[in-house]
Formats: sequence, C-alpha cells, structure tokens
Amino acid sequence: MTVKELIESGKFHSINEQGDCTKEITVPFCCDLLSIAMSKAPAGAAWVTVMGNVNTIAVASLTEVSVLILAQGMKLDEFALKKARSQNVIVLATAMPIFETAYWIYNQMHE
Amino acid sequence: MSASMQLHYVVSSEDFTRAGEASSDVKSKLKKLGFSPDVVRRVAIVMYEGEINMVIHANGGEIEVVISEEEVIMKLEDHGPGIADVEQAMQEGFSTAPDNIRTLGFGAGMGLPNMKKYADVMEIQTKINVGTTVLMKVAVS
Repeated sequence: MTVKELIESGKFHSINEQGDCTKEITVPFCCDLLSIAMSKAPAGAAWVTVMGNVNTIAVASLTEVSVLILAQGMKLDEFALKKARSQNVIVLATAMPIFETAYWIYNQMHE
Repeated sequence: MSASMQLHYVVSSEDFTRAGEASSDVKSKLKKLGFSPDVVRRVAIVMYEGEINMVIHANGGEIEVVISEEEVIMKLEDHGPGIADVEQAMQEGFSTAPDNIRTLGFGAGMGLPNMKKYADVMEIQTKINVGTTVLMKVAVS
C-alpha cells in the first residue's frame, strides 16, 4: 500500500501532502515517546501518534517513515506544519484512536 | 571520498524549534556521499539524541563532526551543569528532564542509552558546573 493509496482512501484528513506519495508503507507503527520512536520507527512506516509538535516532524524525517498520522483529532501547530512542508514529511490526521488507526491500515495492507 | 569532511554546528539554547537541524544536515550529507542506510540511521539517531540533550539539559552547545571513509566521529560539547552520576544517567528510564519537556514527548530516559546502543564508541567526560563532552564514533564498515 502506498501513501497515495492511503490518502485516496478518504479515511484521513490531509494536513501536508508535500512529499513522496509513491512511497510504500512497510508497517503501521504506534509510539508517542519521541526517543523510542527515534530508535524504533521502521523506515517506511505509517507512524501513528498523538504528538503533533515540531520535534515529531524532525523524528519522522530522520527515521524516514513514509507518512505521519495524527490520531485522536490532534493537530500540527503552525511551525510544525512549516517544518513538515520544508522536510517533505507527509502528514495526515484522523479522529480515530491510535490503535484503530493502525489496525485499519494493517488490514488494508493485508487485504 | 579521498579526504575527511569536517563540520561544525552550534546548538541553540532551549530552542526546540530548531533541535534536529544539525542531525538532519549530517544525515543528508551522508546520504549524498553514499553511506549505507544503516550508518546514516545510526548517525542520525545518536546525533539527534545528543542535540536534544544539549537543548534540554545544557543551554545548547557545539558539535563537531568528522566524516571519513572509515568512520563518522561526533564530538558534542556543552557548558551545562554536568552529569552527577553517569552510570545512573546511562540506565534506561532514568531522566531528570522537567515536566514541560516530557509533554513534548521526551524525557523517557532513552537518550543516553540510545546513543550507547547505536554508536560503536561512546565516551562521556563531565564535570559538575563545567560541562559535558560526549564523543561518539560510528564505524562505516
């Protein structure tokens, strides 16, 4: 499943689509502690979190996840949005909780 | 790459909006130079953790990076409060980060352990009220 397919599912609200939408999603990954995400987020992951600050963008960029998904209706602040655009980190959002979001992606990947 | 490349970064005090810029820059240079994804990732992790530590605990600092064919060397130097008990600080889960830092997703006590885990060499020199220098090396082969 690519990031583009995830966007086109209509399941998510798009916050920043500037980036490589052709990237394949390797696995859903859930984590809110940035130091753990920094060392454990698999490259290509769809990272689901409630942390929407500028440091989340930095970690998403450094770990090369395919897409960052903010769950539970969380939003990016203005500075983080600018950073996401400049670093080409694709960011989507949903009102769904973290587990349901990751589980939905998992099921789509294994259909 | 025939010669080594030397880079220098100043990490601003308590500037979370810029934390990660030095790591991001080094990562991008390593990728352009053709280093393996494993080396690039390990350097990015240890340097980012170091940068964040400098911002949280030490009012910023300076980072020297030397990139050669054999290894990537990072020297992070600050003039912060120093680390009272290095052995304790190296334990996973131990953190002295304040609550406002924890709300940003840090302060899990994983910074130094991550640096130790992903660097091939990590040495800490620290003196109370003088500062801390962390030397890390990531081998290329």
